[in-house]
Amino acid sequence: MGYDLNFTLIWRNFDRLWGGLLLSLELAALSLVIGILIGLVLAVWYVSAGRFVRFLIGAYVEFFRNVPLILLVYLVFYGLPQVINIAYDATTSFVVTLSIYSGAYLVEVFRSGLEAIPRGLVDAGRAVGLTPYQRLVHVRIPTMVRIILPALSNTFISLFKDTSIASVIAVPELTYGAQWINFNTFRIVEVYLIVTAMYLATGYSLLFLLRQIERRFRVTRQ
Amino acid sequence: MIEQIVYALPFLLGGFQTTLIVSVLVVVISLVGGVLLGVALIYGPLAVRLLIRVFSDTIRGIPILVLLFFVYYGLPAAGMPLDAFTSAVVALTLFKIAQVIEYVRGAVQSVPKGQDEAAKAIGLTFTGRLREVIFPQAFRRFLPPWINGVADAVKGSALVSLLGVIDLMYAINQVIGRTYDAMPLYVLGAFIYISINYALSATSRHVERRFSYIRE
Repeated sequence: MGYDLNFTLIWRNFDRLWGGLLLSLELAALSLVIGILIGLVLAVWYVSAGRFVRFLIGAYVEFFRNVPLILLVYLVFYGLPQVINIAYDATTSFVVTLSIYSGAYLVEVFRSGLEAIPRGLVDAGRAVGLTPYQRLVHVRIPTMVRIILPALSNTFISLFKDTSIASVIAVPELTYGAQWINFNTFRIVEVYLIVTAMYLATGYSLLFLLRQIERRFRVTRQ
Repeated sequence: MIEQIVYALPFLLGGFQTTLIVSVLVVVISLVGGVLLGVALIYGPLAVRLLIRVFSDTIRGIPILVLLFFVYYGLPAAGMPLDAFTSAVVALTLFKIAQVIEYVRGAVQSVPKGQDEAAKAIGLTFTGRLREVIFPQAFRRFLPPWINGVADAVKGSALVSLLGVIDLMYAINQVIGRTYDAMPLYVLGAFIYISINYALSATSRHVERRFSYIRE
């Protein structure tokens, strides 16, 4: 093919990629935490709510699951400030978007987790005299978390990959760093090879780590 | 708001068509490629299985956006010039193939081993076993995740706008570039994507019901 690989310019600009990777992880972690809060509150509300609230939560979930993330990113960054009078930078805007987006996926995860709790456990909680609130905090949520832990890990990994979309509003994460090097040094094949390796190494290390944690907290130990 | 939407609709039509064309191409090509590679992943010789496993895990481990840029900027630099539309379809299809491979693997492995053994015992050839015994039973398991994947393909197609392919997403940004009125257009775009995906999920529920009878 007659293409000479030359990585010198990549290493010279490597801080852009390394900083980008750290920012990607930060964005994913922050969005996951906020998304968990949104998802947990709405899921607990959903399972005990009337039809109207269920409809609203369902609409939120369906909206965010059926619209491309890139459109949501544009909508929050370019569209929203025109309607409500607030100003925020691109990074904040992206965290808000990704949090609400992950919240929509996590509502479903938590909801199915809550429904998968064996009835006997909740009944046992009632039998020993726990109030509904105590049953929620000490019985239902801990059990649910252990059931849905694998789904939570998968969500984190896919959020980490989704942070690449932040590059479209110039958030300096990993994909943005790759594009910068692409356009400024033209070592195109090299930079994408390196970035691919970085995404893979990070993603699979995370997965390995999270699987260890899952094994530690698994409901039934074989 | 209604006024801006009515103004924008004719401009979005072409983009809407491109979004549909890209989605259909990706879904159809990846179905054929994914099923072939999926079968090769299960029944192929060790070297082939290993290659497909590495391909699938690599592609699924990186963001689609990186794959898209890799194909669009990287292949021409390496001496394989592709236009934006082709690179977009190639990248999205590669990604989808990796997913379809996993759906096929999951579905085929869900068929009890005894079925394959029984088919061997009555003297069916490899293709005969696949056609008459394995696929009809695996199909039921394959369908639900694959249909979810079709909706993902429609959503994923919005990324081709970043390569300058004038799809729905790009057309929306073009109109906003003229009117500077972002919010109504993005909301309209969101609801167009939602209606495409809703049409898909309605069809899929119908198809799933059609194939959900148990053949045990």
